[in-house]
Amino acid sequence: MCLLEFMKKEKKKRMTLQEAWRLHQQKYILMLPFIVLFIVFTLVPVLISIGLSFTSFNLFETPQFVGFSNYINLIAFDSVFLTAIKNTLLFAIVTGPVSYLLCFVLAWLINELPPKARAVMTLVFYAPSISGGAYMIWKLIFSSDAYGYANAMLMEMGLIQEPILWFQTKEYIMPILILVQLWLSIGVSFLAFIAGLQNVDKTLYEAGQMDGVKNRWQELWYITLPQMKPQLMFGAVMQITNSLSVSGISLDLVGFPSVDYAGHTILTHLHDYGNLRLEMGYACAIATLLFFIMIFINIIVQKLLRKVA
Amino acid sequence: MEKLLSAPRKMWRRFKFRRKNRSLAMDIVLVVLLGGVGFVSIWPLLYIVNAAFKPISEIFLFPPRLFVQNPTMNNFFDLSVIIADLNVIFSRYVFNTVVITLLGTGGTVLIGSMAAFPLAKYKFPGSKLMSNIIVYSLMFNGTVTAIPNYIIMTKLHLVNSYWAVILPVIGGTFGLYLMQNFIVQVPDELIEASKIDGMSEYSIFFKIIMPLSKPAWITLIILSFQSFWGNTGGTFLYSERLKPVSYMLSQVVSGGIARTGAASAVTLVMMLVPIVVFVISQSNVLETMATSGLKG
Repeated sequence: MCLLEFMKKEKKKRMTLQEAWRLHQQKYILMLPFIVLFIVFTLVPVLISIGLSFTSFNLFETPQFVGFSNYINLIAFDSVFLTAIKNTLLFAIVTGPVSYLLCFVLAWLINELPPKARAVMTLVFYAPSISGGAYMIWKLIFSSDAYGYANAMLMEMGLIQEPILWFQTKEYIMPILILVQLWLSIGVSFLAFIAGLQNVDKTLYEAGQMDGVKNRWQELWYITLPQMKPQLMFGAVMQITNSLSVSGISLDLVGFPSVDYAGHTILTHLHDYGNLRLEMGYACAIATLLFFIMIFINIIVQKLLRKVA
Repeated sequence: MEKLLSAPRKMWRRFKFRRKNRSLAMDIVLVVLLGGVGFVSIWPLLYIVNAAFKPISEIFLFPPRLFVQNPTMNNFFDLSVIIADLNVIFSRYVFNTVVITLLGTGGTVLIGSMAAFPLAKYKFPGSKLMSNIIVYSLMFNGTVTAIPNYIIMTKLHLVNSYWAVILPVIGGTFGLYLMQNFIVQVPDELIEASKIDGMSEYSIFFKIIMPLSKPAWITLIILSFQSFWGNTGGTFLYSERLKPVSYMLSQVVSGGIARTGAASAVTLVMMLVPIVVFVISQSNVLETMATSGLKG
């Protein structure tokens, strides 16, 4: 009896699957090429990595299952990791929102310019992102001898007597990294916002003027922002992932390990265990934790954005 | 002369009267602000362009100068000598880069957009789950997935082929997520109307969705082109005949201090192509504003 009911239910379920296929066949076919590539090259590697986080794995021997011990070590015994989390969150809290606003404000202001000037300015602002490793120029600026631009300028102004060791003084490391990241961050979100602004229906602005939209701020608040909701969401996700996964500029500018771990982030910690010590299980645990931190922050930010918009 | 003088005035007038609800004070603030941030942003570009034309004596000048005093083409000659000396003919590297960049960018835009359309505009079994997985998979760091990825590549016999560089990017969710957020804005009425006219989902995609989300896929082309152009192939391409230009040029740079001049020429050369692509594509994004009146 029970089995019969179960079989009936199963049959019903399969019917709905068939029905779903019949009803939405073209949609599934449109998605098929992507889904295949996505499963093979994104989903499976991610799942394997999460699986490896429960093992001890040095790349040469077969992984040994160790349960949660990687996570326990990470949270309870790895004090450097706590420094990394602290630095990363501090870094993200400053650079995330600031660069998000910067990207939007710049995109919005550029949109006010006449077309030619707008095209030029877009390139100017995007320049740091297009020139690859151009952030290495900051190494020249904050060079530790008297010839570095920053030191030379400060000494000429008489503010300091001898050159400051920028990348070797722990108080300066984080602020410099934040500065460089902000300078670098006019990238993906900026371009998405510019494209989004082109998508706003121009007749809405004319209608707004008739309805008594007095200045550009009201126009921004009542017309532009609501019209750009999807792009704003996209930008937010990009900012969260980018600001929490900083590592390149820290490794290249301050070096590894940084003085007193002042430039140590979650990803440089991962770099340490994944690329240098070859403790892949531990590295995977770090990646998985970061993954959940990002998801958590993403949920909060999406809720906030929804309230604002 | 009269005409020359009136041009800026005309431009200014058009700018000023574009919309009535604009105050002059804010316009000035705007220009000053843009100028300030622009100055900081353009700096590395100026530096790279100048460095490429500096003679060795100026490259190692202390304190360093931003602007070149005696411009020279020597760095480019050095580079051409190195290139002429290669084991693999230079055009082979260029060919590899062109194939990887074209296939990769085309694939990312087409396959990503095709999948983005149903996810953005319809609800069907699995759509919600798929959307969530896509956003979240953006958040998993690539460092640790590199090893599983390599194993999968080996199993599929894709290592040391262009596909090893191209397919993981197409299977990544960035392009899809970008497209999804723009396609959402295509009005439902348009899609409904085309359905009543008997159009299939495929023709709706090509004739309605893609033309209307042009700013989005042009932006995706810029970003995708840039990342493929800079891709050195890493561990996935080991035979020299398959390596892209960026790899070869990075070898020039890593040649030590004697190659500093050639290296700064390399930096400029590597940057020029993405800039050209950026300018052409971006002017297309800005042009579409005139034709996007269908919205809303």
